[in-house]
Amino acid sequence: MSLVTIIDYGAGNLHSAAKAFERMADGLGGIGIEVTSDPERVRLADRIMLPGVGAFADCKAGLDAVAGMVEVLEERVIRGGVPFLGVCVGMQLMASEGREKVVTPGLGWIPGAVEKIAPSDPALKIPHMGWNTISITRPHPLFAGIPDGPDGLHAYFVHSYHLVTESADTLLATTDYGGQVTACVGRDNMFGTQFHPEKSQALGLRLIENFLRWTP
Amino acid sequence: MSLKTRLIPCLDVMGGRVVKGVQFVDLRDAGDPVEAAIAYDAAGADELTFLDITASHEGRDTIFDVVARTAEHCFMPVTVGGGVRSIEDIRKLLLAGADKVAINSAAVNDPDFISRAADKFGNQCIVVSVDAKQRLDQRVGGDNRSEWEIFTHGGRKASGLDAVEFAVAMVERGAGELLVTSMDRDGTKSGFDLKLTRAISDAVEVPVIASGGVGSLQDLVDGVKEGHASAVLAASIFHFGTFTLPQAKAYMRDHGVAVRMDGVA
Repeated sequence: MSLVTIIDYGAGNLHSAAKAFERMADGLGGIGIEVTSDPERVRLADRIMLPGVGAFADCKAGLDAVAGMVEVLEERVIRGGVPFLGVCVGMQLMASEGREKVVTPGLGWIPGAVEKIAPSDPALKIPHMGWNTISITRPHPLFAGIPDGPDGLHAYFVHSYHLVTESADTLLATTDYGGQVTACVGRDNMFGTQFHPEKSQALGLRLIENFLRWTP
Repeated sequence: MSLKTRLIPCLDVMGGRVVKGVQFVDLRDAGDPVEAAIAYDAAGADELTFLDITASHEGRDTIFDVVARTAEHCFMPVTVGGGVRSIEDIRKLLLAGADKVAINSAAVNDPDFISRAADKFGNQCIVVSVDAKQRLDQRVGGDNRSEWEIFTHGGRKASGLDAVEFAVAMVERGAGELLVTSMDRDGTKSGFDLKLTRAISDAVEVPVIASGGVGSLQDLVDGVKEGHASAVLAASIFHFGTFTLPQAKAYMRDHGVAVRMDGVA
């Protein structure tokens, strides 16, 4: 039985994330999904998912407040090569720093900063909320079976900030909202989505299934 | 830009069953909310909204079970409104599986509650329900006031607050979205109050969901094009089978509104 831990640090809709992961794990078999705030459980995990909603600084403070969690994440994801999926602010935390209201250091896994989206059309609402298509900029196993482009499937976004990567190599997919907005980032064994796969119906469930199958 | 206009079926729930009020008074029972949610999910709904219409004055524990069972089956955003009065209410709904909560009376009675809720859970999950009615006396309150007044308790209680001013204040306090309902139009099938929707949408940066009064598919298009809404919400026309969600989406698409057709056509 392989173990997938969804990290509970007081930020994120864990119920819906857990339900979506359980749905896809049931189809694959032999995978247990566990929501936990215990770093020792995360240490044992075969895959790790980091959710997050709200403000960058609050989420980082929440993660830091769980004693030993950041250390275990560094140990398992950076040194252990465990497949990692960050979602929404959980993805943004992978950046070098957040620039939402105050400058806050991130985990520093994906060089870049989290900045406010600035649509070229001032009539466009902020937050960017709702369903949008994605454009895959670099092929990745987590995109298997997911049609992109204007006629592709849609992902559910709700955010006012996005991760601007320093390198084009770590930008995996974008979406368009009065300009290019980061949709997915990643390198090696880590992947992050600005949108919510657990709320993105067909696209999201497929991406979660791909994550559960992924052997980076 | 390729962000799509959201089509949101709304399920009014009382005692764990779906009802739809005509002007919030004449209620008809129209089914099990979870069954309806699953059907709407399969038909291409972009989000779901549950309004617990008993909540302001009766027990409401049934809604937690409805939300939890829905979250087992529906992998799209779910908003729950009705009787949300405390940080603890919000926490329980989010834990049950809701993504957003819609707050009405508590926002009117204690605007600081919206600030606290947004700080605690993030703006993205705080929807303020702007329930507005046309003023009977347009002159009341002076020239700077809009034509609409805020009501609470399902449209039964006037607040004296100006609707547009209230909407702007709620966004300043952290509302991530506004659900704008014309209490004059709700249940009448005569179309959204487009002037109201537009006045509020143009006054705030956040998305506005138009609600109250949809009777035809053209009403949905008008809500977006004339009302400047980012999303349109309807209950009766879907609920009683007047139109299906795919019909509505196809109509919107054919009339120049970008909608998500995943799994629909």
